[in-house]
Amino acid sequence: MIRLEDTSGGAVSAAIAAERRRMGSPTTGMVLTLLIMADEDSQSDATSAAVTAARQHPMRIVTLVPRPESTVTRLDAEIQVGGDQGPGEVAVLRLRGQLAEHANSVAVPLLLPDTPIVAYWPGASPSVPSDDLIGRHAQRRITDAAAAADPISELHARKSGYIPGDTDLAWARITPWRSVLASMFDQNVGQVSAIIVSGEHANPSLPLLAAWLGAALGAPSEVRVDDGPGVTSVFLTTPDGNITIQRSDSRTATLIRPGFPDSTVAIPRRDLAALLSEELRRLDPDDTYASTLDALDTIP
Amino acid sequence: MTNPLRDPLDRRLPRVAGPCGVVLFGVTGDLARKKVMPAIYDLANRGLLPPGFALVGFARRDWEDEDFAQIVHDAVREHSRTPFSEDTWRQLSEGIRFVSGELADPAAYEELSRVVADLDLTRGTNGNHAFYLSIPPGLFPVVLEHLKTSGLATSAPGAWRRVVIEKPFGHDLASAEELNQVVGDVFPSGSVFRIDHYLGKETVQNILAVRFANAMYEPIWNSNYVDNVQITMAEDIGIGGRAGYYDGIGAARDVMQNHLLQLLALTAMEEPLSFSPDDVRAEKEKVLRAIRLPKNIDLHSSRGQYTAGWQGGIPVKGYLEEDGISPESTTETFAALRLDIDNRRWAGVPFYLRTGKRLGRRVTEVAVVFKRVPHLPFESTAVEELGNNAFVFRIQPDEGITVRFGSKVPNTSSIEVRDVTMDFQYGESFVDSSPEAYERLILDVLLGDPPLFPRHEEVELGWRILDPVLDRWSEQGQPDQYVSGGWGPHSQYDMVNLDGRVWRRP
Repeated sequence: MIRLEDTSGGAVSAAIAAERRRMGSPTTGMVLTLLIMADEDSQSDATSAAVTAARQHPMRIVTLVPRPESTVTRLDAEIQVGGDQGPGEVAVLRLRGQLAEHANSVAVPLLLPDTPIVAYWPGASPSVPSDDLIGRHAQRRITDAAAAADPISELHARKSGYIPGDTDLAWARITPWRSVLASMFDQNVGQVSAIIVSGEHANPSLPLLAAWLGAALGAPSEVRVDDGPGVTSVFLTTPDGNITIQRSDSRTATLIRPGFPDSTVAIPRRDLAALLSEELRRLDPDDTYASTLDALDTIP
Repeated sequence: MTNPLRDPLDRRLPRVAGPCGVVLFGVTGDLARKKVMPAIYDLANRGLLPPGFALVGFARRDWEDEDFAQIVHDAVREHSRTPFSEDTWRQLSEGIRFVSGELADPAAYEELSRVVADLDLTRGTNGNHAFYLSIPPGLFPVVLEHLKTSGLATSAPGAWRRVVIEKPFGHDLASAEELNQVVGDVFPSGSVFRIDHYLGKETVQNILAVRFANAMYEPIWNSNYVDNVQITMAEDIGIGGRAGYYDGIGAARDVMQNHLLQLLALTAMEEPLSFSPDDVRAEKEKVLRAIRLPKNIDLHSSRGQYTAGWQGGIPVKGYLEEDGISPESTTETFAALRLDIDNRRWAGVPFYLRTGKRLGRRVTEVAVVFKRVPHLPFESTAVEELGNNAFVFRIQPDEGITVRFGSKVPNTSSIEVRDVTMDFQYGESFVDSSPEAYERLILDVLLGDPPLFPRHEEVELGWRILDPVLDRWSEQGQPDQYVSGGWGPHSQYDMVNLDGRVWRRP
């Protein structure tokens, strides 16, 4: 790790290039730049998750940590290139004093040429991510409603501020559930007449899952709160009887459906690195997420 | 019926196989333990298998379900790509069954029918089963015959039965046709999946992506610019425990007929109308049919056999001293051959194919070597170190692409040009995410998605190309001897030097 104090964006960029050369590999196949806007509490987890995700998506990770409370105005940087952690490049930048207002100026010289830019807010996020000084650079903007103080109203804010390219980790968290549900509907299930999604209080993934199912199946859909963890069950009323997917241990679910023996299926809760990897797999707008946000109003 | 939860715009959702099971014949083989079982586990771990998935083992062992489950467990622990998860294993192991019996015993197939029917009831496999024949091809007829007579090969309406076979698909045209006959007699051609694991490799699929998704390469991908193409698959290992299989088969049948000809087809084929299986196959078959053998096979081919030597610092035996090999064996462990493609794009461009065991290192690559520029406006001394430009698909290991071109040497008083390479690393950058070829292929079998499986026409075309070479070689007696750990017999150099070319050292 290299530490640079009282430095500049250009100097950080030069230091990364110098470190690459020192390691004997001046060029690499970086596919994108990930800009992480974090505070001191969230920066470490978010950065290390991104480093893990860089094994699948070799990228430059730039974590911007604003420190407006600092009395001096200056940029401090920690740089890590390659090594055991994976192929990525990591720069954690502390923007002290007034510089906290000008993250943009620090980020610009660090953007890799001619490759996509992704912005990620692991904690608090701007109300309209695409209007943000940093979000404006990015073609993909990742937020996490679950990290907000009031996740459900945060989710509704995501809806009103949505611009194609936005996405939220609350949506990525339910991909395994959606995959199991979709594969169940590879057989003819018949018209679903009611949907109940249950899970822990204030989990933004619940209304998303309920809205997605309601819109796709054309049936009334509601959310019920229990002790969790995460999503605990999906209950569907069909002409042949009820379908239940029950997961109480956050790892394995039991499938109960008419005409089939009960079976188990692993639906593990995934860590941040896995969620980020999924987000980075496709960088075009997620239309299904957009239409699911639109359907949120149908959930009581 | 369309699935209301599957929207083409929703690209996060993976393709998951519907309700189904796999019946595995030959459960103790290397392939079953090192590739098939771990791939099934990895698929389950990635959430790509249906909840009630079933795996039935069939072998001549006195085992209970638990014993077989233990074999699978050990194989998964040792060889799986993704980390071991107790939850995934529990889900998978609930569907593991074992049927004990002789391959030729009708009663065993009755028992298998009962187990499969029971799985449909208790696991919800819905009558969908794939029979994976991980057994020597000599045993195919007996197994297929019994699958037919026991009714196991017959699918109920709305359900499917499929069969998966591994190479070798015959040892010459006649035997390949016979095998296709035997298999085709029991399963319709759409239900037969021939596994050539090379076609499941991401880097092999990448050949088509690079060629047809980019503007830069296709304009120069022809005889105006290409001097020759070299397709090499080198192995550092000997025949290991495969003496029984390998002797009498040899390198050309083992590797050239399938892997190398497939690589050639992907490198040389015209752009398909679409990436649908039929369109891709149509173009592959066209280019395979345009292949011409050299008139004088002796001059334009090379065959060799490894002798004792040192391989990377370790003393190794020669082929004739390997256990189970006759000291008089004339089986080749190295084969090289020039092929020409008679079409407008490739006329006059030799395609050199070579493969061998106990060579310098393990490497598979397709190198497209370009012509030199017609005129070099430099002092002749300035370009002494400049070779031909080359574009190399590195298939394995170290997957990626290398481009070789000339660049000015810095700090020389006059301009001096030397070869440099530009690398794209596929394997290193994506190492955690690249699924094994077998995962991809087994999932495609369960989804009924055939583009990555060679059709019997392709297999037969391969033999049609190679049979005359094999016939000629069979008259030549002992192959050229080469020392283990090098790059093969000297005759391979004569073969390319004759055309004024040189082999690239891979």
